[in-house]
Amino acid sequence: MTDPVLRIENLTVEIRTRTGVAPVIDDLSFRVDTGRTLALVGESGCGKSMTALAIMGLLPRGIGRIVRGSILLGAEDLATTSPARMRSIRGNEIGMIFQEPMTSLNPVYSVGEQISEVLRAHQGMGRKAAWSMAIELLDAVHIPNPSLRVSDYPFQMSGGQRQRVMIAIALACRPRVLIADEPTTALDVTVQAQIFDLLKDLQRDTGTAIILITHDMGAVTEMADEMIVMYAGRMAEAGPVEAVISRPRHPYTRGLISCVPHLGAIVDDDRPLLTEIPGIVPGLGQFGQDRCLFASRCELSDSHCRSARPAAYAITDGHSAACWQAGGAA
Amino acid sequence: MNHLGTFLIRMGNAAVLLGSVLVLNFLLIHMAPGDVADTIAQSMGGADAEVMAQIRAEYRLDDPFLVQLTRYIGNVLRFDLGHSYFYNEPVTDLILRRLPATLLLVVTAQVLALLVGIILGVYSSRNPRGIFSHLITALSLFGFSAPVFWTGLLLLIALSLRLPLFPVAGMVDPTLDGGVWVRALDIAHHMVLPVLALSSIFLALYSRLSRASMMEVLESDYIRTAEAKGLGNTKVVYKHALKNAVSPVITLAGLQFSAVVSGAVVVETVFSWPGLGTLAFEAILARDTPTILGILFFSSLVVIVGNLLTDAAHRLVDPRLRRRG
Ligand SMILES: Nc1ncnc2c1ncn2[C@@H]1O[C@H](COP(=O)(O)OP(=O)(O)O)[C@@H](O)[C@H]1O
Ligand SMILES: [Mg+2]
Repeated sequence: MTDPVLRIENLTVEIRTRTGVAPVIDDLSFRVDTGRTLALVGESGCGKSMTALAIMGLLPRGIGRIVRGSILLGAEDLATTSPARMRSIRGNEIGMIFQEPMTSLNPVYSVGEQISEVLRAHQGMGRKAAWSMAIELLDAVHIPNPSLRVSDYPFQMSGGQRQRVMIAIALACRPRVLIADEPTTALDVTVQAQIFDLLKDLQRDTGTAIILITHDMGAVTEMADEMIVMYAGRMAEAGPVEAVISRPRHPYTRGLISCVPHLGAIVDDDRPLLTEIPGIVPGLGQFGQDRCLFASRCELSDSHCRSARPAAYAITDGHSAACWQAGGAA
Repeated sequence: MNHLGTFLIRMGNAAVLLGSVLVLNFLLIHMAPGDVADTIAQSMGGADAEVMAQIRAEYRLDDPFLVQLTRYIGNVLRFDLGHSYFYNEPVTDLILRRLPATLLLVVTAQVLALLVGIILGVYSSRNPRGIFSHLITALSLFGFSAPVFWTGLLLLIALSLRLPLFPVAGMVDPTLDGGVWVRALDIAHHMVLPVLALSSIFLALYSRLSRASMMEVLESDYIRTAEAKGLGNTKVVYKHALKNAVSPVITLAGLQFSAVVSGAVVVETVFSWPGLGTLAFEAILARDTPTILGILFFSSLVVIVGNLLTDAAHRLVDPRLRRRG
C-alpha cells in the first residue's frame, strides 16, 4: 500500500456556542492516499464541512478550535503548525472547492485574475506567466474559448462554468489533496455528472487525492474508493465503498442507502423495509454525550446503546462500524 | 459603442435636470414678495411711484412671466447670469471668483470624510469590540445630533479663541507675502476648522456604513474562497473585501453630496469663508435676485457633476455596471 498523503488521527474539534462548548468533530480518524478518493457522507449538520475547515485551518475564528488529534500532511502536523505556514499550504498543497459556485467567486474580479492570483501567491509567477497559465487551466477544465473567457467576470458565467473555474483555482498549484465540499449540490443533474467526470479526469492527470464531501450516495459509488459515514461529529461506518454499500453494518448507513432507489435494491434482503430515516440529526448541544447519538432514531437500539458510546468494531479488512448492534449481527 | 451611449444618456438626463432647476428657481424667486425695484428704492432711502416705475421699466420687470423666463434661460445658455445691482458687477464673474473657495471646502470635506470614514470602518469591522468601534459609535452619535453650525462654533471657540491654533476667519492672511507654497500652506491652515466642522457628520455616516458593509462582506463565500487560496490577511481584507464593501458607501456619498454643499453654506457663514455660501447669505439679505439665481444654478451644477462622478466611481468598482446598461 502507498503512503497516505493525509492522515487524520483522533481529531477532536470543539465549537463554542451560546450554551457551551460542544465537540463538533469527535475523535475522528481517516486517511487518504495519492490518486484515491475518499467520500465523507452524512446528513446536513453532521460536521462534514467542519472537518474540511479543520484540515484547511479555517475553523471559524474564536468559535472553533482543534483540541485533540493530528492532521498529518506527509510528516507535518497541520493541527499545530504556524498560521504563516498554513497560508503557504492552503491553495497550494491543499485545494478546496465549495458548494455554492454562484457566490464562491469574487464578483468584482475577472476569473483570470482570480486564477492567476493563486499562482502568483504560491508559485512565484509574474503577472504575464500567471495569466497565460490561467488560460491553460480554463482549457483544462473545459471552458470553451479560454483565451476570451479569461477576462470574463463571474456574472457572465453559468453555475457549472463557475464551478469549473473554482476547480481551476483549487488545482492551479497541483495540490496533493483536493477537498470538494458538496461541489455539485447546487447544480442540475447533467452538470453534476460533467463536474464529476472532470474531477476524475484531472485526478488521473495529477494524482491528487480527493476528499469528496457529499450526502449523495449515488455520487459516492460513482466517484469514491473509500468512504466514511459521519453522524453527529463521529465516524459511524468506514471502509471501501464497495464493501460498505453492499454490506452496510450501521443502521444509519443502511438508512442512507435505502433512500437511494437503485442502491437500495442491492441490500434488500439485508435490511428492514425503510425508505427514510425518521427524526433529524441532533443539535450541537447533544454532540459528545457518552452514548450512541443515533440511538433515538434507530429501531435496533437498546438500553446499552443509550448508555455508552460504541467503539469502532472491525468487520473485515478496512471495514468498520461504530455500533453496538453491528457486532452482534456479524 | 455602449459606453458612449450610456454616457450620452446620462449627460442628457443631467441637462434636463439642470433645465428644470433653472425654471423652478426662477419661479420661486418670482413668487417671493418684493422685487428688485423695492430693494433699489430702499437703498435710495425711498422713492415715489414714478421712480419705481422707471426702475421696473429699466430692468424690464413688467414683462409677462413667460417672457422674463425665456429671456433668463436664453441668457444663462450664453453664460450670462445677469448683473448684480448689489455688487454692481456681472453675476458670472462674481460667482466664478467665489466658486473655487467653495469647491475647495466641499471637495476636501467630502474626500476626507470618505477616506477617514472608510479606514475607520474597515479597521473596526475586523475588531467589532475594539476601541475604534466605540469611537465610531461615539462619533456617529455626535455627528448625527450636532448641527453643523454648532460644531463649527465649538471648534472655533476651542481651537481658535481659547487655544489659538487656527485662524478665526477667512481663507488667506492678507498681510502674508511669500511664494506659492507659503500661500498654499496658509490656505490649508485656514481650512482646517471649516473642513473639520463640515466633514464630521459625513465622516460619522460613512464610517458606520463602511463598518456594517465590511462586516457583511467578510462573511461572504468569496472571502472564504480567498482564504482557502492561502492569501494573506491584507489581500483578503483590502483586495477582496473592501472593493465589494465600498459600493454602498459610494452610493451614500453620492446621495449626501448635495447635503455637503448645503452644509458648506452654513460653515462658510460661521467661518467667513469667502465662497458661494457667504455670497448667498449676503445676496439673500440684499434681495439680489440675479446673484441668488446664479448661485442656485451653480450649486445645482456642482451637485449634478458630483452625481456623475459618483456614477463613474460605481462603474470603476463594479464590473456588473460596466458591461451593458
Ligand atoms: N460558524 C458556526 N458557529 C457555530 N456553529 C456552527 C458553525 N458552523 C457550523 N456549525 C454547527 O456545526 C455543526 C456541523 O456543521 P457542518 O460541519 O457545517 O455540517 P455539514 O457540513 O455536515 O452539513 C452543525 O450543528 C452546525 O449548526
Ligand atoms: Mg456542509
